[in-house]
Amino acid sequence: MTDILFIGLSLSSILLLIALGLAITYGAMGVINMAHGELVMIGAYTAVLSGIYLNFNMFVALPLAFATAAAVGLLIERLVIRRLYGRIIDTLLATWGVAILLQQMIRLQFGATFFDVTIPGLGPGLQNIDVPSFLNQPFDLAGFTVQPYRSFIIVVTLTLAVLTWYLFYRTRIGMQVRAIMRNPDMAASCGIDVRRVSALTFAYGSGLAGVAGVLLAGFKTVQPDMGSSVVVDGFLVVVVGGVGSLMGTAFAALLLGQINGLVAVLSNDIVARAVVFGVVIVLIMWRPQGLFSFKNR
Amino acid sequence: MTINRRKFLKKSSAFGATAALAPGLYAGVAKASSEIEVGVMFSLTGGLSIVEKTLADATLMAIEEINASGGVAGKEIVPIVEDGASDPKTYNEKASKLVLRDRVPTVFGCYTSASRKAVLPVFERRQNLLFYPTYYEGFECSKNVVYTGAVPNQQLSNFIPWIMENLGKKKFFIVGSNYIYPREMAKVSKILIEQGGGEWVADEYLELGHSEWGAMVNRIRESGCDVVLSNVVGDSVIAFYREFINQGLSHDTLPICATVTSEIEIGAMGAEFAAGSFTSFPYFQAIPTEANLAFVDRYRSFVKDPNAVTQHALECSYFQVYLWKQAVEAAGGEATPDTIREGIKGQVFDAPNGRVTIDPDNLHAYLTPRIAQWGADGQGTIIDEYADPIQPLPYVAYGEAGDDLFCTAEGLDTARL
Repeated sequence: MTDILFIGLSLSSILLLIALGLAITYGAMGVINMAHGELVMIGAYTAVLSGIYLNFNMFVALPLAFATAAAVGLLIERLVIRRLYGRIIDTLLATWGVAILLQQMIRLQFGATFFDVTIPGLGPGLQNIDVPSFLNQPFDLAGFTVQPYRSFIIVVTLTLAVLTWYLFYRTRIGMQVRAIMRNPDMAASCGIDVRRVSALTFAYGSGLAGVAGVLLAGFKTVQPDMGSSVVVDGFLVVVVGGVGSLMGTAFAALLLGQINGLVAVLSNDIVARAVVFGVVIVLIMWRPQGLFSFKNR
Repeated sequence: MTINRRKFLKKSSAFGATAALAPGLYAGVAKASSEIEVGVMFSLTGGLSIVEKTLADATLMAIEEINASGGVAGKEIVPIVEDGASDPKTYNEKASKLVLRDRVPTVFGCYTSASRKAVLPVFERRQNLLFYPTYYEGFECSKNVVYTGAVPNQQLSNFIPWIMENLGKKKFFIVGSNYIYPREMAKVSKILIEQGGGEWVADEYLELGHSEWGAMVNRIRESGCDVVLSNVVGDSVIAFYREFINQGLSHDTLPICATVTSEIEIGAMGAEFAAGSFTSFPYFQAIPTEANLAFVDRYRSFVKDPNAVTQHALECSYFQVYLWKQAVEAAGGEATPDTIREGIKGQVFDAPNGRVTIDPDNLHAYLTPRIAQWGADGQGTIIDEYADPIQPLPYVAYGEAGDDLFCTAEGLDTARL
């Protein structure tokens, strides 16, 4: 039984990891960021490249990937999204374009492919990162096999979730972000620099995606289109949880992950996936605004 | 290389209509008599391009080598390269273009069974010829395809008995990706397991590309099996092996014996996750012969990558061009699909993996089954191999045997199925 719970918890943590960044960019800022998966991918490639060229291990790659993805996120915000606030469908199309652009940049090695140059770590091939060996060696604890890598993901995800919660609900800038979420015009008239705060928020959400990329790289292959499949799961969680609610996102990730894990163990993964989608449909029919959502007055 | 945008455009009907009209407009281009044009059709873009690009490279390398040494019966081979874009529908369109507009007598191409099935009607209706280099599930008997990769009996008839006798394992957990190849492989495996007095405790499938293996590996651990037979395909392989080790399972006590895991997947997952596991293929990069070492060197310098790896389908892509050359020369240099089909029957060639022969009945290749154990360096060690190539039996899952062929030169004996 603990095994099943652990599988579910581990699935939940991965869902939350991806959804956390989205909960901010989509939930808080109303940007349907289709490039979120690509920011995850950039995080993963940061880990691969820093491993090859700088001999960094995974732990050093985590903050580095955060910084890289955040920088790319900031750039996307400055160049594209800034002009599109409030035009939700336009953000979808524009960021989809950005996503394709980022994918191809990695695939074509920033153009080096055209000059017959191969840069190890980039290109269309499959890459991987080295996971420190102590994270690969499970051990027994009171009859339960502890899987260090999965546990590590759970711990990092929890830390990030708590940190994000703290930033949003206990700091000055977090209060400004929440004010902008509710009503950007009113926030601006109260003296909040909406542009600057929005840009920083978007960069922070992107940085979280980068961290997710490093952790995913530990058990998935790293390839240019690895992000497109994860972004769907991310949106699922955010929509079920309630747009704009961190609490809801966390709860939805836990719920969907556990359902997925339980059905996967009892039946199989394909059925589990179908059941999860079924549950999502029912939940959205029952509460179109999501499980947790603030009231608009 | 703007594949995604192109794919997107293709979905819009206007572009689709233009593309459909185009071949008709250009039909009938004159060709010089000192050249033979052939089609080379693999996915150069999209998800499958990682593997298929290397098959295209191996094909082009063989063509370049043949041209450098005088061509085919004095004629130069001119490859017309088309991109299947990892999409069966695109494959079908490109095959039609090669056969109808370019009028090539042969196309070298396709990697997945899905793409082969998509182009098969084109080759059969136009009486053209496809050279297909991938190991596949069998159950096909086309007069318009020359199959140079392994069929199930060439990967499993040695493997399963070897696992039971040499590793002493009797309880199999069969796991695969959910499509035709793994399912047919499982069917053949079960016959062989039962013949050997073993048993299979489970036969499980996950969708292609699935990367969350927690629940499945947990099930393997709980099942009480003592060996895992993996027909998992593509990048799922990497997630599977990594999860297997992360959950504390070991190839020493519970080895994964795989039919698809090649040098490419091993390199991508990190060699330490596969060290100690087994794979059955007729070709491995580690085959320690002069011919193979020279082949690997030539391939590496051809693709300008000193670390490039070779694998089974890649080697088949290479040697099938030579078999084709011999077939054209056997037909007196006349290159039409019919003469090449007649010429290819019984052709023998010394490929990097050893001697290959095309079976005159079913147009599949005689290949030498081998088993390798993967080391920590990402290369296999050949620990078992047949002395001679064995006959290809595409219908072995349905009772076909060497002295009782279902697929003969006359066609498929459908009454037997």
